[in-house]
Amino acid sequence: MSLLEISNLSVQFGSEARPFNAVEGLDLSVDQGEVVGIVGESGSGKSVTMMAMMGLLEGQGRIVADQLRFDGKDLLKISARDRRKIIGKDISMIFQDPMTALNPSYTVGYQIMEVLKEHQGLRGAALKQRALELMEMVEIPAAAQRLSSYPHQLSGGMSQRVAIAMAIACKPKLLIADEPTTALDVTIQAQIMELLVSLQKSQNMALILITHDLAVVAEVAQRLAVMYAGQVAELGAVPDIFRRPFHPYTEALLSSIPEHSKGARRLNTLPGIVPGHYDRPVGCLLSPRCPYVQERCRLERPALTVDGASGVRCHFPLSAKEVK
Amino acid sequence: MFSFILRRLGLLIPTFFGITLLTFSLIRLIPGDPIEVMVGERSLDPQMHAAALHRLGLDKPLYLQYIDYVVNLAHGHLGDSLITRVDVWTEFTTLFPATLELAICAMIFAVVLGLLAGIVAAIKRGSLFDHGVMGLSLTGFSMPIFWWGLILIMFFSVRLGWTPVAGRIDLAFDIPPRTGFMLIDTWLASSRDPSLSGAFVDALKHLILPTIVLGTIPLAVIARMTRSSMLEVLREDYVRTARAKGLSPSRVIFIHALRNALIPVLTVIGLQVGVLMGGAVLTETIFSWPGIGKWLIDAIQRRDYPVVQNGILLVATLVILVNFVVDILYGVANPRIRHAK
Ligand SMILES: Nc1ncnc2c1ncn2[C@@H]1O[C@H](COP(=O)(O)OP(=O)(O)OP(=O)(O)O)[C@@H](O)[C@H]1O
Ligand SMILES: [Mg+2]
Repeated sequence: MSLLEISNLSVQFGSEARPFNAVEGLDLSVDQGEVVGIVGESGSGKSVTMMAMMGLLEGQGRIVADQLRFDGKDLLKISARDRRKIIGKDISMIFQDPMTALNPSYTVGYQIMEVLKEHQGLRGAALKQRALELMEMVEIPAAAQRLSSYPHQLSGGMSQRVAIAMAIACKPKLLIADEPTTALDVTIQAQIMELLVSLQKSQNMALILITHDLAVVAEVAQRLAVMYAGQVAELGAVPDIFRRPFHPYTEALLSSIPEHSKGARRLNTLPGIVPGHYDRPVGCLLSPRCPYVQERCRLERPALTVDGASGVRCHFPLSAKEVK
Repeated sequence: MFSFILRRLGLLIPTFFGITLLTFSLIRLIPGDPIEVMVGERSLDPQMHAAALHRLGLDKPLYLQYIDYVVNLAHGHLGDSLITRVDVWTEFTTLFPATLELAICAMIFAVVLGLLAGIVAAIKRGSLFDHGVMGLSLTGFSMPIFWWGLILIMFFSVRLGWTPVAGRIDLAFDIPPRTGFMLIDTWLASSRDPSLSGAFVDALKHLILPTIVLGTIPLAVIARMTRSSMLEVLREDYVRTARAKGLSPSRVIFIHALRNALIPVLTVIGLQVGVLMGGAVLTETIFSWPGIGKWLIDAIQRRDYPVVQNGILLVATLVILVNFVVDILYGVANPRIRHAK
């Protein structure tokens, strides 16, 4: 059984009178110790999906799902209090901008120890010892002194390391990294990615990696979900998708990476933009932009057809012969 | 941090000069002099008038009077009241506890209610409570103190008879002044003398309306500031991080959000000390509260120059000191400032 099983998740924002779906009918599963990449244009609902699962949209979005099962428990069916025992402990998350993700009023040590106190009840010397250990695990130099630093005294890369230390403090089964390197210098990006991957392996935790960087996905993820306008467009094993995308959107994304676009016959990027919240087409959400669009695509919204571990949401998936 | 304190102290000297100059000239701009006011309607012999002015040194040219005043100040002499002959410092220190007691109560009232209302309004943004708090605080902020005081007296004291109309304590109680704070003095007195057992409650009743009247404007300001500061902080990424840690909502709000939201509120609270001193003058007049405010008003009416000049100077010094302390606290509360050079 999968560690995480999301079926038919929808997240709605806006007023009751004028609601819109930021996420619609999303299915995703993650196995123990697996790395799953999620890609998709800005606004496609990647962050919202993860925040919904973490319970971070409270009071903002309306969440419905057939199930949101983690480790045998449906996160939507348990009380907020019980969910908080899982959040930050078994599932944890790191965010895009490390410079704003830490509380400026508390020391780094305080913020790390807070998690340990909350979920593991550590106190006194054991607490301090474990915090130090975590700082060393994320390779922060002079860890002991750094414990009493304030966030504004740290660089972006250091702050992200601290955020990672906080996230892995209770040995989570699942770590969600939402564009963990986007806000960092290019040289630092690779270091942080490397750290995440090595921690994922050594801790044997599952990792959901949200990113815009397909090259990183190719390198570290076993499976990939491609999101478009709040839905999963395509889902499958990384080598398969990279070798042979079924969804026109995936194909367009892949051809926008430089090495893939070499010799590509079609445009590397799709013309047009993601449809707005209130003017979603009746048919396939990609239909206004899709180079292969047909009459049926404009009239009828395709479902995600799953075949084993892979799936595609398209009436006319690209066949093998179309992609060389 | 140290140089920050030094710089702030350096600014105090010109401020003090400004205040002395202002009070010195303003009180002399009001027509009439102390002798005329003292003599009142009775006709005044011009010769005696001149002699009296000479005795007080008020016949000298103004710039000489000002220099005398500043030189005396520099020696620590605040002078005597022209009317009572008691020195200004003694009068100030005997009356000040009454004002301080009222101001402290008003501040506690404003800070406690203001923070609570602001926090709840921010958390329940857009709710009926939020709109209520915002509406009431706007009303409270624009409330003329005099009118507000009279309304409260008419309703609670006159119509309902719940609270006394004026003063700090019923005349039936003879409370020996020990600290100058009526609540503490009545408490001490009642523990010795059982016949004074009702005095504490009586003092408390006397405090209620003045506290509300004086605290209303600071309450409104603090509630609004807390709400907007809180709303801003609740949108911050680090609040999301705190929630992603699985912390309880109260921990997220009070430990993570409030700590940061309080930083700007603290400054506003500091500024309210000045507002409170100004408001105390009116409030004490309405409620015949024997404090600094009433003392200053009386002194202005009598053209009691030393009392007006130095009384205002003492109050101003106090306000400046409090703001100074608040600035330092601000640095303590905000690590980014504490570490700046
Ligand atoms: N709290 C919110 N209230 C209303 N709308 C929201 C809220 N959070 C997100 N949205 C909307 O939901 C949509 C999906 O946003 P989301 O942040 O998940 O995109 P994303 O895929 O993570 O994009 P990016 O790559 O830019 O991070 C966006 O159009 C956004 O405007
Ligand atoms: Mg995002």
